[in-house]
Amino acid sequence: MSRGPSVVSMALATRTDRRSSMTRTLWDSSVGKKTIMAVSGLIMLGYLVVHMLGNLKIFFGSDEFNHYAHWLRTLGEPFLHYEWALWIVRVVLVAAVVLHAVSAYQLSRRDIRARPNAYVHRKARASYATRTMRWGGIILALFIVWHILDLTTGTVHPGGFQAGHPYQNVLDTFSTWYGNVIYIVAVLAVGLHVQHGFWSAAQTLGVGNATRDRMLKTVGNVLAVVLTAGFVSVPVAVMTGVVN
Amino acid sequence: MKLTLRVWRQQNAETPGAMATYEVDGISPDMSFLEMLDTLNEELILGGDEPVAFDHDCREGICGACSLVINGDAHGPERTTTCQLHMRSFQDGDTIDVEPWRASAFPVVKDLVVDRSAFDRIIQSGGYISAPTGTAPDAHATPVPKPDADFAFEHAECIGCGACVAACPNGSAMLFTSAKVNHLNVLPQGAPERETRVLDMVATMDEEGFGGCTLTGECATACPKGIPLPSIAAMNKEWLRATRKVRR
Repeated sequence: MSRGPSVVSMALATRTDRRSSMTRTLWDSSVGKKTIMAVSGLIMLGYLVVHMLGNLKIFFGSDEFNHYAHWLRTLGEPFLHYEWALWIVRVVLVAAVVLHAVSAYQLSRRDIRARPNAYVHRKARASYATRTMRWGGIILALFIVWHILDLTTGTVHPGGFQAGHPYQNVLDTFSTWYGNVIYIVAVLAVGLHVQHGFWSAAQTLGVGNATRDRMLKTVGNVLAVVLTAGFVSVPVAVMTGVVN
Repeated sequence: MKLTLRVWRQQNAETPGAMATYEVDGISPDMSFLEMLDTLNEELILGGDEPVAFDHDCREGICGACSLVINGDAHGPERTTTCQLHMRSFQDGDTIDVEPWRASAFPVVKDLVVDRSAFDRIIQSGGYISAPTGTAPDAHATPVPKPDADFAFEHAECIGCGACVAACPNGSAMLFTSAKVNHLNVLPQGAPERETRVLDMVATMDEEGFGGCTLTGECATACPKGIPLPSIAAMNKEWLRATRKVRR
């Protein structure tokens, strides 16, 4: 559907080539899909920062950690009903994950089609974080499923899941070797994903320019390091017995 | 200099190609890369073989006709066009791999020649301005702020060679398209089509089968004219603005 300069006849022709709506334009364009990825990615990034800060409450003991978890359920009361705020956040996050993943899948298909033949003379180029965005995203999607089944629903939780006792549940998970391995791998994937993703989102949203480039890269790097360190500190603390 | 060349040979778009190995001797370090290929072709013709087909025109680094991915780099190891690349950038006895631009939007015509008319169609869809015909307007009739003029000129330097597409792991034409969009969109002369230009050129870019941008930065590294990577962010900004402002 090319919208090039149509040669309009001398008599006034009825316009039949109306432009698509803004939503349609966004979804149909590679630039628009990247915009969707940028916005959904930033929503998830914002959530991760809050999630990481909340996790650190584990260092203040079981009472404070469990109380925080309970408070999340009463957030917004009495205007909101019990757990409604949490469910609103969950719905927004699921929408963000789905839009992010679907856009990423469709854009990746387009990208692979656009370069069907590799060069004979290959060179390793872009940074590790940039090259691992797709695999990192897949790892994170699988991790999210395990993480929810482990610590939200308790379906695959080791050693008897206790609803309302997140402190004990966290200890259970990080007392298994595979719990630590899965979690730490995923957290490293988060760090790499954010390192390229934050700066990339800024470019996609048109915020980037030559003068802001260094600042945006620094913010992305700091976010990546802080998130990785913050999340990793919990299993490390459990393994070393700092949290028990 | 004595060199071993491994060159992509492909009869036409339909037949599959392969790398062919040639030895060339007596290469001067002062030769351009294209003159070195001319030397190879002379030998091939004398030997009754078909010469290697490659694109070239001005050989001054300003027309954008020459291409070639040399040892995995678009336009080779120096940041310039292939015609301005000299053999002094290589060592005696080197083996050099020469391949065409690789992107599905740039199908191989023959050997190292690819069809870059997809770029022409992107330009056709918005790379123009509405100018009144007749006598030339006075040079000072339309004031342009100096920073805007500099910005426009920086992007007007794009020669449309396609190195950005060749270097991009996604075969994306975002740097090319952004150079063309930014060049005209910042100027008062380009204002009437500011929204339609970016929307239509990006839409044509997608239709032609170029990939999307993943901000790897390979394009800006390969660009012989130094179109900077933030150009893409500037075009994204224009595109997002246009989706809101364009008349439907």
